[in-house]
Amino acid sequence: MTDRIKAQILNKQDMGRIITRLSHEILEKNRGIENLVLIGLRTRGAYLAERIQRKIKEIEDAEVPTGFLDVTLYRDDFRTRLKQPAVEVTNIPFDVDGENIVLIDDVLYTGRTIRAALDALMDFGRPARIDLAILVDRGHRELPIKADFIGKNIPTSIGEEVRVKMSEIDDEDAVNLVEVIDN
Amino acid sequence: MLKSRHLLGLDGMEKSEIQLLLDTARSFREILNRPIKRVPTLQGKTVVNLFYEPSTRTRISFELAEKRMSADIVNFSASTSSVKKGETLIDTVKNIEAMKIDMVVIRHSSPGAAHLLSQVLDANIINAGDGGHEHPTQALLDMMTIREKFGRLDGLTIGIIGDVAHSRVAMSNIFGLITMGARVLICGPSTLIPREIERLGVEVYHNIDEVIPQVDVLNILRLQLERQESGLFPSLREYHNYFGITTERLEKAEKPILIMHPGPMNRGLEISSHVADSEHSVILEQVTNGIALRMAVLYLLGGGKSEIH
Amino acid sequence: MKFTKNIKHKHTFQALPGKFILKGARVVDPELNLDEKTDIFIEDGVIKSIEKIDTAGFDGEVLELDGKIISPGWMDMHVHLREPGREDEETILSGSLAAANGGFSAICCMPNTKPAIDTQEIILYIKDRARGSLINVHPIAAITKRREGKELSEVLDLVEQGAVAISDDNTPVMSAEIMRRALEYSRMVDIPVIGYEEERNMAGIGYMNEGYTSTCLGLSGIPAVSEEIMIARDILLAEYCGGRFHVAHISTRKSVELVRQAKARGVNVTAEVAPHHLKLTEDAVRSFNTNTKVKPPLRTEDDRLALLEGLKDGTIDVIASDHAPHSWEEKAAEYIYAPFGVIGLETTLGVSVTELLQKNTLDLNALIRKFTANPYRILGLKVPVIEKGQMANLTIFSTNESWIYHKENCLSKSSNSPFLEEELVGKPFAVINNNQIFKSIL
Repeated sequence: MTDRIKAQILNKQDMGRIITRLSHEILEKNRGIENLVLIGLRTRGAYLAERIQRKIKEIEDAEVPTGFLDVTLYRDDFRTRLKQPAVEVTNIPFDVDGENIVLIDDVLYTGRTIRAALDALMDFGRPARIDLAILVDRGHRELPIKADFIGKNIPTSIGEEVRVKMSEIDDEDAVNLVEVIDN
Repeated sequence: MLKSRHLLGLDGMEKSEIQLLLDTARSFREILNRPIKRVPTLQGKTVVNLFYEPSTRTRISFELAEKRMSADIVNFSASTSSVKKGETLIDTVKNIEAMKIDMVVIRHSSPGAAHLLSQVLDANIINAGDGGHEHPTQALLDMMTIREKFGRLDGLTIGIIGDVAHSRVAMSNIFGLITMGARVLICGPSTLIPREIERLGVEVYHNIDEVIPQVDVLNILRLQLERQESGLFPSLREYHNYFGITTERLEKAEKPILIMHPGPMNRGLEISSHVADSEHSVILEQVTNGIALRMAVLYLLGGGKSEIH
Repeated sequence: MKFTKNIKHKHTFQALPGKFILKGARVVDPELNLDEKTDIFIEDGVIKSIEKIDTAGFDGEVLELDGKIISPGWMDMHVHLREPGREDEETILSGSLAAANGGFSAICCMPNTKPAIDTQEIILYIKDRARGSLINVHPIAAITKRREGKELSEVLDLVEQGAVAISDDNTPVMSAEIMRRALEYSRMVDIPVIGYEEERNMAGIGYMNEGYTSTCLGLSGIPAVSEEIMIARDILLAEYCGGRFHVAHISTRKSVELVRQAKARGVNVTAEVAPHHLKLTEDAVRSFNTNTKVKPPLRTEDDRLALLEGLKDGTIDVIASDHAPHSWEEKAAEYIYAPFGVIGLETTLGVSVTELLQKNTLDLNALIRKFTANPYRILGLKVPVIEKGQMANLTIFSTNESWIYHKENCLSKSSNSPFLEEELVGKPFAVINNNQIFKSIL
């Protein structure tokens, strides 16, 4: 399978601006960093969380506790997927009880990943509140889930995919709309 | 990706497969530190633990791994079942299959028992020890523990000490470690070293003091006391004096040696208490890693339909 | 007639037509230096002529055998019939049908029945059960009472009733003293003492050949030397006190060498090999298929090659199946619990042609001898020949036809064969003996 890029939706600068805005919105809603913790979903949501953490440090001069969650084991497609995804290490080195968690992921699509993430978080404790921050919302929800902080809404068709690239593991920062070609 | 839908042994398993198992196990290690040590991955799947040989540790370890993956568990052990009444393994297993079981963990005294099941059942089969043949999950957890301490397996020298001839733990370790690029020295009384084992790529020693200065790790095998009765060595006293791992012996090494033992230990025989409880002993970490490793095996075998590919 | 009455199976021996022509086969009898494409005319079970016949106007039956070979009837001198005792696994009848299906007209049955063949009564029972059969069934009696290795059986009596050899098969005679006396005593009736050669203290806890593969599989080994020291012992005993020593299912390189040297010294020793040892090695055990569990165990490739050499230079005189039926239930067990032994009556011809004739180890004459003149002579029996005036005792087979051994075509009551679903070259077609014919359904 290969991708054919149909359009670039966000470039490096766009992504930088969105991360700055999302950081401000999170701080605004939480009224500062009191009880605030960030949890990024592996793989790219985790890098996004790290970037937001750095941005908040620039703004507030304080470190927000940040953890990383791998939801592979909580997915509902374990028995039906053809290929088994690799399990990455979850690392939440703090207590989530009573905290205001901002869950961070790159793309919001069916909502199933977020459902899995909520299940997983409940196994770590009882947070006071969970908000969801997302870089791109591409629609087509299958569960009653919505994001609280949205980078960009991108209407897509089912045959299209949104590919987020982050310089931490990819060659650049960019968000592309692609068509998946079977060959 | 694993090539087989069963884990029967490490003989013939590729390096990339072992790597995947060890990497996945490392991820599972974290779950064991969570407040709620359970993930829903195997919800709705049923695993049967078929133990035809008494085993406390391995059975509990598998059971915990299964529980932590949210599987439904059925335990079947020879002493509490119809085996004693003459029911054949095939009959027992056909019965179990009729109960719609997804995965079978089997411990049996006959080499090949797990292979036999894999030929007649649709379920995933995990070998939890078949006679003197293989004990793949034990060897994998041993390798996981070594890799955790040294960051690698290739280039390390591992000594396997004791009754290699009757040890499935030793055989699986040898298959796995050689595949991963480690150097393996085995050492024990010549009557407890199986024939032609050099052909597997190991070096054979009978003097423990020649082995100790060379190794990074010592994996000390349990000595089955009935071996003395069958005339394979003269006395426990002599065994301890010549092959027992003691602090005095280890002091001759220039660097600290990682001490491992698959358990249960005969303290004061193959290993002294002082060594077993020393700061270089990772015997209890092996136990913890065993759960994570077995969770990884359940995950990689039980999920998806990867075998279709 | 009693024999045929008991047949429940749809396959059975047929009476030979009164006038019968076997047409167009290659007729080979190594004893008579006979090898030509010709016809055989049989009347009332007796060979009347061996020459080209014009069948126009012939009022009997004609069997067209173009491309087939006719040789004297084959003998399998190592068969376990399990009757009396384990009739669920094999009976004298079912074993005889399997023998005929596999191209044999005569078999020797081993004494490890329950009770053992150690009294005249059991011999008479077997002969009674086999009366009227196409197959000549020759009992081999036990060396010692109940095969316990302690006291000699009544060998003179047993031979009087028809025993053709003595053996404690499936149990070695561990006492050198008893073996010595057996060799000495049997000299009076000039029968072979067949040695089941295994030093039991060494071999007792093993499941397969000892070596690299047993180490990899964690199965306790049966060392080659446990066979070799017994063969060496019995050769020395035969050399010391006379008697005829026959080695059952020889399996290792050194064993072959021991027999070769003994023969060169003039010791009265002969040897047989089982077909599974000619085709398979210990590698087959890696499947954990219990039909690879045999005694002696499948050995190494080096041993296998030595067996081929032994057959070629005449050190090994005979090929015999060691047909050992076991119930499905017993063989479906775990490897260490399954019994030793495989069936072989129906695949011995195919395996031998595939491994020996097709691969040029033996020519056709030499191959036929290993199944005809050699075993008959060792047992002191008259060698069947294809000659005018003789009773027709014939094996008809092909050496170029490939076929697959299926459970469905197996007439043994058991199906514990390592060759199931295997392709073999060389196929039995029919056997004729005792004025009866059986056409193979393989």
